[in-house]
Amino acid sequence: MRDRLRTVWKFIRELATDDAYDTYLARHRATHPEAPALGRREFYLSEQHRKWSGIQRCC
Amino acid sequence: MNKLVWVVVAIIGGFAVGGLALHRGETINSVWIIVAAACVYAIGYRLYSAWIAARVLMLDSTRATPAVRLNNGRDYVPTNRWVVFGHHFAAIAGPGPLIGPTLAAQFGYLPGTLWILVGSVLGGCVQDMTILFLSTRRNGRSLGQMARDELGPVGGYAAILGTLVIMIILIAVLGLVVVNAMKHSPWGTSTVFATIPIALLIGLYMRNIRPGRVLEASVLGVALLLAAVVGGGAVDSHEGLRVVFDLDSITLAWFVIGYGFIAAVLPVWLLLAPRDYLSTFLKLGTVLLLAISVILLRPDIHMPALTRFVDGTGPIFSGTLFPFVFITIACGAISGFHALVASGTTPKLLIDEADIRVIGYGSMMLESGVAIMAMIAATLLEPGVFFAINSSPGLVGATADAAVTTISSWGFPVTADQMHALATEMGETTLFARTGGAPSLAVGMASIFSSVFGQSMMAIWYHFAIMFEAVFILTTLDAGTRVGRFMLQDALSHLWPKMGQTSWYPSVLISSGLIVAGWGYFLYIGVIDPNGGINILWPLFGISNQLLAGIALSIATGILVKSGRHRYWWVTGLPLVWITAVTTSAAWVKVVSEDPRNGFLAAANQLAAQLAAGTLPPAQAAVAPQLIFNQRLDAFLVVILTAILWIVIFDTVRVCKRVLRGLPVPPNSEAPAEIIVVKA
Repeated sequence: MRDRLRTVWKFIRELATDDAYDTYLARHRATHPEAPALGRREFYLSEQHRKWSGIQRCC
Repeated sequence: MNKLVWVVVAIIGGFAVGGLALHRGETINSVWIIVAAACVYAIGYRLYSAWIAARVLMLDSTRATPAVRLNNGRDYVPTNRWVVFGHHFAAIAGPGPLIGPTLAAQFGYLPGTLWILVGSVLGGCVQDMTILFLSTRRNGRSLGQMARDELGPVGGYAAILGTLVIMIILIAVLGLVVVNAMKHSPWGTSTVFATIPIALLIGLYMRNIRPGRVLEASVLGVALLLAAVVGGGAVDSHEGLRVVFDLDSITLAWFVIGYGFIAAVLPVWLLLAPRDYLSTFLKLGTVLLLAISVILLRPDIHMPALTRFVDGTGPIFSGTLFPFVFITIACGAISGFHALVASGTTPKLLIDEADIRVIGYGSMMLESGVAIMAMIAATLLEPGVFFAINSSPGLVGATADAAVTTISSWGFPVTADQMHALATEMGETTLFARTGGAPSLAVGMASIFSSVFGQSMMAIWYHFAIMFEAVFILTTLDAGTRVGRFMLQDALSHLWPKMGQTSWYPSVLISSGLIVAGWGYFLYIGVIDPNGGINILWPLFGISNQLLAGIALSIATGILVKSGRHRYWWVTGLPLVWITAVTTSAAWVKVVSEDPRNGFLAAANQLAAQLAAGTLPPAQAAVAPQLIFNQRLDAFLVVILTAILWIVIFDTVRVCKRVLRGLPVPPNSEAPAEIIVVKA
């Protein structure tokens, strides 16, 4: 039961992109451990910028 | 055994569709529509999409997707299938599938419902799935890039130009829908206005207070939005505040235009991004709530299967059943815009190629289901009430008595008292001539929700529905203006390279201003048009959206033929033939028809003659020159758009012929396959 709740919570966080920074950080540490990673706010702002530079919403 | 189940599903589905088509009587229960839809979707998904996945596209789970090969933790990220499904659905589902079916209900419930079902499983879902597949195989390239790579520059430029035009028309018509929902409605206007500071607050929260915590910020924001709906009621009953928010449509149009410009030049984190998070949560929640309520309630449909307006004399928009029902439904059955979304973010998130089936085909099926719910919500109203809300005063008369007399004379009885009682119940002074589909949908949704959750909150549900529609219409407006701005900056950079710097402020201001001026113009004309504007703008939007679908299907067909799948050209080729027939004949009617209700040029000429003869009342004579110019401009636009589609088709046919003759064509731009080693 606890595990199932945890899976649902993880899914909701992923759907809301709440975990995007954690994903990025994990990836960054694995691939470029020597380079400094973006902070949470910088990452959030640059993601918003990237996201809204293309077609994201439809009629 | 398995086959037997599908035979039973097919029989039940056939029975439900047959029942819908043959039923003649006062009312029919919406359970017929729900069952018919469920069976059509089940068969479409289980059989047709599986066959396309296996035989035509040959989806291959052992082939590494771009997200796996190019994983950078940012835009290329292997993501859970259902998360991608959620994001993709949220991206494709806008206000279109809610508004299109509501307007198309003027023909009766049957034509629209059948096209939503057939058009989606054979057309829209197939388009979305195929484009998603083609883009995934090309590392997430956009539709325009794929057209350039595979067919040559003509298709590429046509796709970009088509996108820009449709964006401008789309934003104008959506702006008009919001204006019509807010005009002289202090409750609606104050609620919609309140969404702006709420979005700003959430934007600041997600940047400064708790960066990137979308979930908690959105929960807070949605709570504030609900409070704004209730607060709007307080504004409505307050003598002084009421007057402040009681605005006419021209003032509101200027507000929307000003808002659009400011939203386009502000940083995205401040307004656009938070508004989008809020609208996405609201959208998913409300669609779910509506689906559950419709299934629990199973309301009776009061609209006849077919109305007299199939002959083209409809009050909401003019034009005969063919081709205009197909133009009007637009996004609920097939939407060219989806091809742009399916060739952008989504392909970069897929973990497994096989997920293309559920994400491409499945999301569109769900969107089609939303359109079916909108159709139910529109047709459960008494037809007289439906037409009273949706007909413009230019057609049925400006006073309540004139309007009810005209509408009752069509055989849809309605009284001024009935409309007044309904308006009071919804917390409005009047519901007459609230064209654009949003208010009548809101009345339908309010009556569904209040039947399920209690009658006392009717006015709150009505304004909740208005707020819900307005929030994501405004999101589309912001996002569309921004995309239009980028496209324009890209085009202008060929003339002056500095314009291409997307964050150089003079370029941002000039290009945003031009895009806002483009849609603002059509919005303004739509507002001053005594016939309501929707009658002109929605068909124009429908034609351009279906033309974009034609361009996407054409590109898809070309690539299928090029990549050795020419036996199956018809999977996208037949929907293309149909869409081309529909849009070309609609364009033909809109340009050459001699009926001024239908033909742009005929209307312009009639108005010009009346103006010259001095038979127009002074108020109309003052705006007549602008209306005349606009009708001629619309005719010109339709011709250009149709020509673009035909150019792309000819170009595709040219490339296909060369393929079949073995002549050289642009090479296949598919990324080389990398096979995933399956661990035992």
